[in-house]
Amino acid sequence: MLSGPSFETKMERVSETEMLLNMGPQHPSTHGVLRVVLKLDGEVVTGAAMDLGYLHRGVEKLAENRTYGQFTILTDRDDYLCAMLNNWSYALAVEKLLKVEIPQRAEYLRVIVGELNRIASHLLFIGTFGIDIGAFTPFLYAFGREREMILDLFEQLCGARITYNYVRIGGVSNDVPDGWVEKARKFVAHMRNCLKEYDDLLSYNPIFMDRTKGIGVLKKEMAISYGVTGPNLRASGVPMDLRKDAPYGIYSKFQFTAAVRQNGDCWDRYMVRRDEIAESCSILDQALEGLVAGEIMGKVPKANLRPPAGESYAQLEGARGVLGVYIVSDGGLSPYRLHLRAPSFINLAMLQDMLKGWKVADVVAILGSIDIVLGEVDR
Amino acid sequence: MGVIQDKVLPSTLYKVGGLGEISMTTVDFFIDWARKSSIWPLTFGLACCAIEMMAAYATRFDVNRLGVIPRPSPRQADLMIIAGTVTKKMAPAIEKLYNQMPDPRFVISMGACSNCGGPYYDSYSVVKGVDRIIPVDVYIPGCPPRPEALLNAILALQNKIDKISAQKRALAFKAG
Repeated sequence: MLSGPSFETKMERVSETEMLLNMGPQHPSTHGVLRVVLKLDGEVVTGAAMDLGYLHRGVEKLAENRTYGQFTILTDRDDYLCAMLNNWSYALAVEKLLKVEIPQRAEYLRVIVGELNRIASHLLFIGTFGIDIGAFTPFLYAFGREREMILDLFEQLCGARITYNYVRIGGVSNDVPDGWVEKARKFVAHMRNCLKEYDDLLSYNPIFMDRTKGIGVLKKEMAISYGVTGPNLRASGVPMDLRKDAPYGIYSKFQFTAAVRQNGDCWDRYMVRRDEIAESCSILDQALEGLVAGEIMGKVPKANLRPPAGESYAQLEGARGVLGVYIVSDGGLSPYRLHLRAPSFINLAMLQDMLKGWKVADVVAILGSIDIVLGEVDR
Repeated sequence: MGVIQDKVLPSTLYKVGGLGEISMTTVDFFIDWARKSSIWPLTFGLACCAIEMMAAYATRFDVNRLGVIPRPSPRQADLMIIAGTVTKKMAPAIEKLYNQMPDPRFVISMGACSNCGGPYYDSYSVVKGVDRIIPVDVYIPGCPPRPEALLNAILALQNKIDKISAQKRALAFKAG
């Protein structure tokens, strides 16, 4: 499998002092089915080529055979770590075509579930990044304890743990059950305390800092030229956050600051996500406080949804960067063309430059720190 | 003195003066018991179901209490959990990994995608069921299945392993 056609096109011949190392597609720390072919001189990486497509499911083509309502379930499975935000970005794009008004309560619920899902996604990052570096315990706390609490909240809301299909075109599918808001408030308070715990366990752990501080530096200019977005960009000192810069939904109502760090190394990328959990907690506080009563679904036909012919692009700040959906409609039952701007895919591109010059052990740290989801990379 | 006490083993305990107890059982039962109580799955996640598989390994569901410990190398693994969509590009790698595993090896197909293609049943790049490339022992329905469903599948697999020796004996008896 080593000498596939994709490899030969991407890398020149190996010299006598160099060797090739194949990483993946079955590797415990590539976070899915990514294959990286490393060219090594001793222990130093001199070249890296990504081989994608091991999870290519042809979602964009399938959209042409699904009705607008049916396609929502496939957006769940693109980035399965923050499915709510995927649902939301797709719903935004279709709503733009339909020019439908969303009830206020639905807007608040979208913010609440979106931020909860962002926290869940970052918690998984903390857990798996810890494992990549060699710390197993944070996984049991962040992934096994706090993330399960969020999943419990989602389960009470819509019955699913990972793939929700909750944010629908025109609103949301269910109203909150009795006592749910109280439970969510309790969780937010608990989450704040847990951040201190993670700091003691992992963030300021000397071994962890040695493995991540100053490793895999992504310069501001390089990040911008590769089109990197999300926490990876903010860790390099660019304060770009769509919730601030181009507010969608009701984000302009909330007070919060975008988490930014300056150095752009692995530790900063970790810390930006850790800070973002705190920011999401403060947004959640405000949203749970301001949750207004009312309808949860706008005036959208339940069956035979035919948006007028035209095209629309909607984007939002996903857990991994700018999540965009482009739809072309010909006035029919299903999209004429649908394209997803997957942040993981674009963030992955910089890796071939970033890995050069680092040791093999750092490859795992760098790969873990950019937090990709292969479902979204390959689509 | 090795002492084996387990309800699963149809054994008799003999007291040996001053030394403890000795258990007597058949080799077949002993091997089946050892196999089913230390199933090591290959750490191999493909898509969304892998997240639920990770949840099963983590604190709340804790699949380790069934003797299931994830193993990153196929050479030391007994079980392969196909957790996610099998694409045409991935299929040769899965086949290769399966061939690298030592006998006896087992496969759990987790989730709708690896059972039959699931929500991607009409995609041009998805294999419609992992059983088209490797044999499957236990299927788990769901999209994705809950971690409890994976626990149940492992219990089902343990029941299946329990019967391996008996089946082999029956086959040998038939063959004469």
